[in-house]
Amino acid sequence: MTQATMTAACPECDAPVELTRHPLNGQIANCTQCSAELEVTNTAPITFELAPEVEEDWGE
Amino acid sequence: MSFTASIIGGSGYTGGELLRILLAHPHANIGQVTSRALKGQPVHRSHPNLRGHLVTEYSVPDEIEPCDVLFLCMPHGKAAGDIERWRSLAPLVIDLSADFRLRDPDDYATWYGDTHPNPEMLSQAVYGLPELSRDQLAGASLISGVGCNATAMNLALLPLARAGLIKRAIADIKVGSSEAGAQASAGSHHPVRARTARTYSPSGHRHLAEVFQALGDIDLDATITAIDMVRGVLCTAHIEPTEPLTKKDIWKLYREAYKDEPFVRIVADRSGPNRFPDPRILVGSNHADVGFAIDERSGRIIAISAIDNLVKGAAGSAIQSMNLALGLDETLGLTFPGLHPA
Repeated sequence: MTQATMTAACPECDAPVELTRHPLNGQIANCTQCSAELEVTNTAPITFELAPEVEEDWGE
Repeated sequence: MSFTASIIGGSGYTGGELLRILLAHPHANIGQVTSRALKGQPVHRSHPNLRGHLVTEYSVPDEIEPCDVLFLCMPHGKAAGDIERWRSLAPLVIDLSADFRLRDPDDYATWYGDTHPNPEMLSQAVYGLPELSRDQLAGASLISGVGCNATAMNLALLPLARAGLIKRAIADIKVGSSEAGAQASAGSHHPVRARTARTYSPSGHRHLAEVFQALGDIDLDATITAIDMVRGVLCTAHIEPTEPLTKKDIWKLYREAYKDEPFVRIVADRSGPNRFPDPRILVGSNHADVGFAIDERSGRIIAISAIDNLVKGAAGSAIQSMNLALGLDETLGLTFPGLHPA
């Protein structure tokens, strides 16, 4: 039996992000196109938001 | 199928890269390699990385025999004068100099400051960047090499230019020392070149001519700066678009333009130390990495590309073009992914 995949758009680059099982709120996924770290903020329909990032420099 | 490839002027850096790539090509046999200065000496005298891989000595151009593919790696202005002779020796000639890059003889005179010695042959040459001219390369008999800075600009700007979205652009280009070739000059002297960040062409670099030919008459200038790097080109183009764009719009344009390109990768990550293209990880690779960002305040687009100037910017694109001209898989011999750390 094949497992159905679910997709939702990446909020950064609009590429479809696939999930192999139904996610939970707060779950983290990665976009394969832009490597953005995404947080599931809604499960029906599946919605992603960009996870917070750490800046490389602190403005020195 | 197998074929024999020979190289005229093979002692320089692009000649060495052609040999390195051809050694890994499953269908290529290396024929003669010429150098007047190094006649009779082993090829590894100038390409020490090939010691033990290629046991052959330099011959001189007068001794060259017919072959299947003939690469010309001579200084600009040398290939065009004898092009009939070179073409009589091989059904496919690939000239890595600038002699056949521009189709219009007037453009050649404008940008290279001299009358082209064989203007009627310019229209027969196909520009050797598959991302621009893949269809014309199939079955071609005369292929021009590409300018490395031109390649970096062309690949950074292509998706936006094709969509007519560039109102004005400035390309800030950082380059490694191997761009200047194997011949020493005042600018390549170690005390001058080491640890430098030296702008040597603030405006009007001649490689712009190849970009205008490829992308049309866009408002573009380039500033070229030598930095402390041996191989590599990093192009950071600042673009004022003709209309406001979102980052998702730009993703769509670049994804569509490059989705079928085996050597162009989109690198525009949100995090990590390699968010954007970096020529250092492309050393020895035929990949071109292309990325972008947008300044939300002004709408300015920043398009970034990185290549190895000797590979995607010279020998790699030439071999990719050769593969297409011969009807082969265009990736043959070119799948080395680069080094990290390099």
